[in-house]
Amino acid sequence: MAADNILETRGLTKEFKGFVAVRDVSLVVRRGTIHALIGPNGAGKTTCFNLLTHFLTPTRGRIFFMGRDITGSRPAAIARLGLVRSFQISAVFPHLSVLENVRIALQRKRGHSYDFWRPAATLSVLDDRARELIDAVGLTDFTTKPAVELPYGRKRALEIATTLALDPEMMLLDEPTAGMAHDDVQRISELIKTVACNRTVLMVEHNLSVVSKLSDHITVLARGEILAQGDYAAVSKNPDVVQAYMGAGHG
Amino acid sequence: MTPGAAPRGGIWVATGVMTAALAIAPFVGVYPVFLMKALCFALFACAFNLLVGFGGLLSFGHAMFLGTAGYVCAHAAKIWGWPPELAILAGTLAATLLGVVAGALAIRRQGIYFAMITLALAQMMFFFYVQAPFTHGEDGIQAVPRGMLFGLLDLSETLIMYYVVLTIFVAAFLFICRIVNSPFGQVLQAIRENEPRAISLGYDAERYKLLAFVLSAALSGLAGSTKAIVFQLASLTDVHWTMSGEVVLMVLLGGMGTIFGPVVGAFAIIGLENYLSGFGQWVTVITGGIFVVCVLAFRRGIVGELGAWWAQRK
Ligand SMILES: Nc1ncnc2c1ncn2[C@@H]1O[C@H](COP(=O)(O)OP(=O)(O)OP(=O)(O)O)[C@@H](O)[C@H]1O
Ligand SMILES: [Mg+2]
Repeated sequence: MAADNILETRGLTKEFKGFVAVRDVSLVVRRGTIHALIGPNGAGKTTCFNLLTHFLTPTRGRIFFMGRDITGSRPAAIARLGLVRSFQISAVFPHLSVLENVRIALQRKRGHSYDFWRPAATLSVLDDRARELIDAVGLTDFTTKPAVELPYGRKRALEIATTLALDPEMMLLDEPTAGMAHDDVQRISELIKTVACNRTVLMVEHNLSVVSKLSDHITVLARGEILAQGDYAAVSKNPDVVQAYMGAGHG
Repeated sequence: MTPGAAPRGGIWVATGVMTAALAIAPFVGVYPVFLMKALCFALFACAFNLLVGFGGLLSFGHAMFLGTAGYVCAHAAKIWGWPPELAILAGTLAATLLGVVAGALAIRRQGIYFAMITLALAQMMFFFYVQAPFTHGEDGIQAVPRGMLFGLLDLSETLIMYYVVLTIFVAAFLFICRIVNSPFGQVLQAIRENEPRAISLGYDAERYKLLAFVLSAALSGLAGSTKAIVFQLASLTDVHWTMSGEVVLMVLLGGMGTIFGPVVGAFAIIGLENYLSGFGQWVTVITGGIFVVCVLAFRRGIVGELGAWWAQRK
């Protein structure tokens, strides 16, 4: 495996009771790029993310991250190696404040998380760093609000801030702009571009204008299989891709 | 209700008021024996609430920790002649070890399966205690000596015993408050609110849940040991499944996931049982009725509903 390939899968397959959701996917993600994974609904994109982070166990195939075989590693261990995912449905801790949400991630890096005898006030040393991250995603005015009270777009921003707090080598973003108003899409795309400058991003995205603006490389998935790969210009001209998207009712 | 939502300063004031009230209660006509019983159960309920209210894990076998600790403590004090402080420690340790084993077996299961495994394990322990000679079956271990605490305090004096129980209770209560508001408590709350997200941040959710389970078992054991010394008795009642059910009732009635709910729930139930003791079997029916009303009418429990009302008023 070449040193500049941060993530590589070989023959990755997932079957659900006879139904194959992901079939023989061999994916290579180069370090430092923004790589988009696109495809019609039900193509197996989220399932791929679940396999990469071991939220699901592959039926066949292997996964390598930074030269290491992580196929059998536990999900939390994979996250600690620096491969951190987000979720298709926004994942925040609803009754923790925005500050506490980000701090939970910082706390994991710092350690001491099993300390049940220490006051939570010891965590306040992390507040400055947490506020920096909150500022970076434009949530300064929401710092003390419980996450559940944020509008949808802001929750996604909080999720990114929380992920960034771990300073991961590689982020997996599952539809970061889905269900957002135009302004929010704009803001989140900018944010992804900024945070990708010194790390790798693999993202599932339906908004093709976002994909065309951000991604260095695109993999198209349809019915669980890789249909095409390349940059945006190449992929968008591919007749198979056009066909797959038309067939599934996309424009 | 979430621990984060509870005002910190308010908790200290309320704990102070509660402690002061309990300290003077024997002098305003409340029977110390009743108070000691209620405090043992309040501690048990607080320990249970740590798991269910703050860890999100509903155990239906917590009697095994209460009862095991009681047997070990009673045996140590009576047969081995250990002083009460060591006997209580031994009982608590036994419950802790049992918590490690039971927790390791149950923690991977979710929801109803978790409840069922804990129930099954508790039933196994029950049948073991029915058979084991050292428990004396139906009779239980009777006439356990209260002894001299640290060789200084004569626990056969009711008031001295009472203040020792009160001290144990308040210390354990403060310890639980600390656990809830600790770095560990924060992670536990995060796991309860969104487990996949906590895992994706690199937290091994199962290990945190196991630690919560063991801490809860240990504190339940402290309650069981103390109870055995107070009543000079360890019996099958404390390992029976109805005891596991009673603690669920106390916590639900008082308010799950609130700091003071279990204390209120335990005093309410024990007080009621005391008050209604003349009605014999009907006590069970009446507490059952209260349970149903409670679940239907105020799902958050007494303290939970009060807290919600207070928050709305503002
Ligand atoms: N746990 C599961 N059990 C059975 N089938 C599943 C499971 N998870 C996903 N599937 C199926 O696998 C296929 C791929 O689903 P997946 O969620 O990966 O699609 P996707 O590409 O992320 O789609 P979308 O764009 O709608 O998010 C779908 O047909 C789905 O129904
Ligand atoms: Mg998906």
